[in-house]
Amino acid sequence: MAKTIFEKHSPDRKGYTLPANDIDITLEKCIPEKFQRKEEVKLPEVSELDVMRHFLELSHMNHCIEKGFYPLGSCTMKYNPKINETLVRNDGFNNLHPFQDEDTVQGALEILYELQKDLAEISGFTNVTLQPVAGAHGEFTGLKIMKAYHDHKGNSHKKKIILPDSAHGTNPASVTLVGYEMVEIKSNEKGLVDIEDLKAHVNDETAGFMLTNPNTLGLFESQVEEIAEIIHSVDGLMYMDGANFNAIMGLVKPGENGFDIMHFNLHKTFATPHGGGGPGAGPIGVREDLIKFLPAPLIGKKDDKYFLDYTHEKTSFGKVHSFFGNFAVNIKAYIYLKMLGPKGLRRVAENAVINANYIQKKLEKYYDIPFKDSFCMHEFVASGNWQKEKYGIKTLDIAKRILDKGYHAPTIYFPLIVHEAMMIEPTETESKETLDEFINAMIEIAKECEENPELLKNAPLNTPVKRVDDTLAVRQLNVKFEW
Amino acid sequence: MPFISNTDKERKEMLAAIGVERFEDLLINIPKKFLLNKDCCLDEPYSELEITRKISELATNNISTSHANSFLGGGIYDHFIPAAVDHIILRPEFHSAYTPYQAEVSQGTLQYIYEYQTMICELTGMEISNAGMYDGASAAAEAILMATRKTKNFKAIIAGTLNPNYLEVIKSYTEGVGIELVLIPAKNGLVDLNGLKEAVDDNTGCVLLQTPNFFGNIEDAFAIEEIVHAYKKALFIACVDPISLAVMNSPAEYKADIVVGEGQSLGNSQNYGGPLFGFLASSIKLGRGMPGRIVGATLDADGKRAYCLTLQAREQHIRRAKATSNICSNEALCNLAATVYMTLMGKEGLKEIAVQSTTKAHYLADEINKLDGFSLAFDAAFFKEFAVKTPVPVEEIISGLREKNIFPGIDLKQFGYKNTLLIAVTEKKRKCDLDELVNALQEVING
Repeated sequence: MAKTIFEKHSPDRKGYTLPANDIDITLEKCIPEKFQRKEEVKLPEVSELDVMRHFLELSHMNHCIEKGFYPLGSCTMKYNPKINETLVRNDGFNNLHPFQDEDTVQGALEILYELQKDLAEISGFTNVTLQPVAGAHGEFTGLKIMKAYHDHKGNSHKKKIILPDSAHGTNPASVTLVGYEMVEIKSNEKGLVDIEDLKAHVNDETAGFMLTNPNTLGLFESQVEEIAEIIHSVDGLMYMDGANFNAIMGLVKPGENGFDIMHFNLHKTFATPHGGGGPGAGPIGVREDLIKFLPAPLIGKKDDKYFLDYTHEKTSFGKVHSFFGNFAVNIKAYIYLKMLGPKGLRRVAENAVINANYIQKKLEKYYDIPFKDSFCMHEFVASGNWQKEKYGIKTLDIAKRILDKGYHAPTIYFPLIVHEAMMIEPTETESKETLDEFINAMIEIAKECEENPELLKNAPLNTPVKRVDDTLAVRQLNVKFEW
Repeated sequence: MPFISNTDKERKEMLAAIGVERFEDLLINIPKKFLLNKDCCLDEPYSELEITRKISELATNNISTSHANSFLGGGIYDHFIPAAVDHIILRPEFHSAYTPYQAEVSQGTLQYIYEYQTMICELTGMEISNAGMYDGASAAAEAILMATRKTKNFKAIIAGTLNPNYLEVIKSYTEGVGIELVLIPAKNGLVDLNGLKEAVDDNTGCVLLQTPNFFGNIEDAFAIEEIVHAYKKALFIACVDPISLAVMNSPAEYKADIVVGEGQSLGNSQNYGGPLFGFLASSIKLGRGMPGRIVGATLDADGKRAYCLTLQAREQHIRRAKATSNICSNEALCNLAATVYMTLMGKEGLKEIAVQSTTKAHYLADEINKLDGFSLAFDAAFFKEFAVKTPVPVEEIISGLREKNIFPGIDLKQFGYKNTLLIAVTEKKRKCDLDELVNALQEVING
């Protein structure tokens, strides 16, 4: 294992240069003694080379898209074009301050305005706020909009949000965060929303319904219109979790098919890199009568001039970010959309769907695929059931063995409604050869389960560290280095 | 087609292997009438060369702070960023990696988060830090949720000298979940201690104080701590500027229970206000109620040191509706930039930056104070930012100085302070930059 940076500390070593202070005032004159720090900050003292070597050493212990395939379901780990990174690092973007006058940021506002417009167009909504900075942040924003809508109508009895048992964990957590109550309904034997169970739970208290479409099993919720009718009949609103929008871009517009509110994950669908956990962006699209509840400002345009539009501020539910959201992430999504164009957009979805179905088909003899009778969309869920029953191999073991083969593992044990789940999403950027190699590796692993189960139980063997003990981490909590 | 590997021929082979003739055959579960029969109305595709040209043109329609003499702050600061920071965050292994759920192939991310947590604990004097939040505002909001959840006291008191944008975000997070927000007004640029004393009681879950506050003024956190902790349950949340902590009290010195703040100043560009990142740290006993990810050190199967996400039973992917927060993606790469920045700067560098920022700010304040018609808005001690009363409306000053590419600061009229200009200074300013602003302000008055 790599030493920590603190173990590389050498007193008085420096990793920076700064100009001499040309002001002759002492700190003591500026800050009263009482408010001066008593104990010095303990930060490592290392050279720039020490720093580069240290972080390079760390980087070598990570998997990443450029290193290998990332079949991580619901995460859409596609390749992120390098041009995005080059262009976003323009001084004219990096060094803009959010309190600058509108006249001095016209280029920035134009990008944001265009992105609002393009996202609205491809999703079938009327306008979009770019303020939320992550998918879950978007969910929070969307539910606050829902609440504002009901408050506005005096629907104070509306307290419940219905969602299916296949929902992402962020959905129920967001429901709680806005102060609504979650009602979970069942999926049917086809993996879709159980309409009868939905009907049994819908009533006057229903504020709305959250649905991921395609859902987390990779299946298109074909009854979405019927669901919308049921929800709208009690004046509830339909929220679409857009985590899986990659599957339907250019094919279907959710805003035209029953949904009222939707979030986008720019760090999934729109090729802004995941960054090991962010920064992403989670813009929200809404139908026309909900625009007045969006966080202010939106970006407006009048006579060729772009401006921060606060006109709806009085009816807005409020703000979710210090400023205007993740501007630098939004630029990357803008570039990506401009480079795809209308045909490219559709092509992305098509190839994402073909790639997923291809793997599903090729693996159906080797793994239990509960919903294989239906074509999947951009991802599918396999199960390690057979391996568990026959050889006592858990999905966790299979996942760890996949790491040994040079791939990231699929999303495992999710969705919760499939036992021993492995959720596989290849994305459109992967080639047939890569998929074939991955398929072969999966088949090999299925054989290893039979022939050498110990190998799987001890996996991974070829990774920078062996299987990590996460229960020990909780038992002997160690969250900072003592030095 | 850009960024898609498979050719039409390969597509055909794959469709055949799946057992269908056309792509559309895979869409049998989508109701026919949903399927679009025309293209979305987007621009025709740009090539890499064309988009480069377009983006460069758009960027030239902005005036960046590197081509201006900018004194804008209000939560986002133009501190110097060493070149090595960007070289490291652009490594694909960091840049295009997923959240480190698969620990064995994510040790790089996990270890830097662990180092980040250690450094945040060093700065703040706290015992546990999470892996970061969206921004300072959401960190402050989530700290209030964390405190009220812990104390089961749902009255949250906020010092009115807090950044008003943070207050707006806090309102969004606390409205509708049974939390009563009480705002203590500002008095002479500091929170009114008498007002605070009257407001804190046995039902108080927490008091949130920003210091240096929105006006740059240093609050008496020691006096405030006494008021808060006079009540057994009430928790003290400090919202701080991380740069200030190199020279100013660590929040542990004034016994804060939870510490939050905006981390952008640590190696991240201004980027028109995003991405930012928030930090959140606390005592260990409150740590189990924290929102967000936490990395812990542990051992691997060979008994070697390794890292993994820990205390995950707090989080949405495990606890769903009962999680401490809905946060999933945070701003990890911004945390990496901060980690690299703090490592490069070390204790001396960070101190030097704090000293230069504050001494330069004080020089500028003295000089502006000498100008006819200008005066410091408050007489409190301040760090790197201060407010001045102006003889004419601030918007006139801002537009008057535009031609010279000077951004003199933030017009506080939008926050209820007429003829008041908020000026921020960082180590990047030279004496000549400071003098240029002073002279320009003089000229505005001279008309």
